[in-house]
Amino acid sequence: MTQISENRTPDAEPVEMLLNMGPQHPSTHGVFRMVLWVDGEKVVDVEPHIGYLHRGSEKLCEGEQYHQVITLFDRLDYLANFNNEQVYCRAVEKLMGLEVSERSEYIRVILCELNRIASHMLFLATMGLDAGAMTPSMICFRGRERIQALFESVSGARMMHNYFRIGGLKEDVPDDFVPQVRDLLKLIKEDTDESDRLLSFNEIFLARLKNIAAISAEDAIDFGLTGPCLRASGVDYDVRKAAPYSVYDRFDFDIPVGLDGDCWDRYYLRVQEIYQSVRIVEQALDQLPDGEVASSLGRRLIRPPAGEVYVRAENPRGEIGVYLISDGSDRPYRIKVRPPSFCNLSALKLMMKDCWIADAVVILGALDIVLGEVDR
Amino acid sequence: MFNCLKGMLVTLVSTMHGLRQPVTRQYPDSGNLLGHHPEPTPVKDRFMGFPALTWDEDVQEPFCTSCMVCIRQCPTQCMSSVMKDNPLHEEGKSSRRKIVDSFEINLNRCILCGICVEVCNFDAIVMTHEHEMSDFSRNAIRVDLPILLENGLKFQKETGWIPPTQRAKVQKGGDAAAETTAAGTET
Repeated sequence: MTQISENRTPDAEPVEMLLNMGPQHPSTHGVFRMVLWVDGEKVVDVEPHIGYLHRGSEKLCEGEQYHQVITLFDRLDYLANFNNEQVYCRAVEKLMGLEVSERSEYIRVILCELNRIASHMLFLATMGLDAGAMTPSMICFRGRERIQALFESVSGARMMHNYFRIGGLKEDVPDDFVPQVRDLLKLIKEDTDESDRLLSFNEIFLARLKNIAAISAEDAIDFGLTGPCLRASGVDYDVRKAAPYSVYDRFDFDIPVGLDGDCWDRYYLRVQEIYQSVRIVEQALDQLPDGEVASSLGRRLIRPPAGEVYVRAENPRGEIGVYLISDGSDRPYRIKVRPPSFCNLSALKLMMKDCWIADAVVILGALDIVLGEVDR
Repeated sequence: MFNCLKGMLVTLVSTMHGLRQPVTRQYPDSGNLLGHHPEPTPVKDRFMGFPALTWDEDVQEPFCTSCMVCIRQCPTQCMSSVMKDNPLHEEGKSSRRKIVDSFEINLNRCILCGICVEVCNFDAIVMTHEHEMSDFSRNAIRVDLPILLENGLKFQKETGWIPPTQRAKVQKGGDAAAETTAAGTET
């Protein structure tokens, strides 16, 4: 007691304080820890600590057979399971030179885009919550639940589907799939409209997000940002357009691009992406061909030839890359995943420079990281 | 000021929307405050719950011959089984020479991926609609053969389960089968 009073002098310099945010903090959307150096309310520096959700997925992949690895990829970005399954299956297919039937490709695209919508809806919900808006989270969670109910009727599971197979699909979609998706798309549009109307141009929401953590296109490229975080800075780059994979070159859709690269742009871009994904799904439903979906491999053991392959795809969070090395056996020799969330997180230090503590929450929220993918 | 009023109006409209029928369903007790949705959300037909073993009603024995395919293919190694000679085969009642003696699934480890069902050659394992098996002790949901067969039989009765290989045969020879039945009724 005496010591403190002795040290207190009238002209004391303001001292930087260390503030721990997380790993158990609702705004970190998982187990993520940030150490903030704060000067009053101002964030001077930030150090992210990752690894709380590390499960060694990449190492586990080396011990599993090729078809078992799909279950592990489900658990990387657990909000976009179909997208992860697709990129892994494409990697093995490319290595083996496998042809995938038209119908499988279309169903994959439909499910992946629906999963993108589900993921973005969860983003809208949590972004609203981070900024203090409650109602959009209710609307978006309801919408996401409908999409997941559809996934359950298709694959049997709401989240960890294990539905895509190397060279095809597990089984064909149910008979009423197409009308079901069409009904769902209408509801998705309504939900997004309502949430958009409530949140996007709300005065308080704009004040919380506009001109926060703006980064330039050059910086965004330098830090290796991909996905909505990069496009918000005005860079027109989307793997679906830049290097079309699957059947994406057959659809007419736009790539929304932001202006300022601030948090609001990152938010609003995802709202726009939902509408674009709806457009893609509508076209895919119109073009959906008949045919087989089962893999041409049947139930044979998958043994790709020795070699290596790199495949990339556009996930809801950005560009995911899978680097796969095969030694010709029935298990992969090595799998390296380039997770979009992890790479986007590298810009955190730049974004949080000299922001307020309250803004730290929305900055992290607008990055939209999934810790399952960051830590792997 | 104008923006503020406009915002309030938008919120008011949304609030009025919010007064429609609630989508929340109570669980595990049915019914909610307004009495809508008396049942908890039913699972879909393809829902993958905990795996269980099926029961062959014709011969009164399990389908499983304990061939270990599912056990080898399981990504989490959550199963184990022991094989024995089938007494019914010696009596000439069953075509199965070997049969399952004991089977254990550690449902704590099971990730409900459905790979075991896919690789099974004998239609012996199914993903049931069972999903409410939580318990307080760690070993309580290590399930053995009697429970697996009980769950499987329950699933078979609930869904009118037909062995997938039999179903495929029916579909393939659908026309031929229809002809024979027609012929049968004539004679």
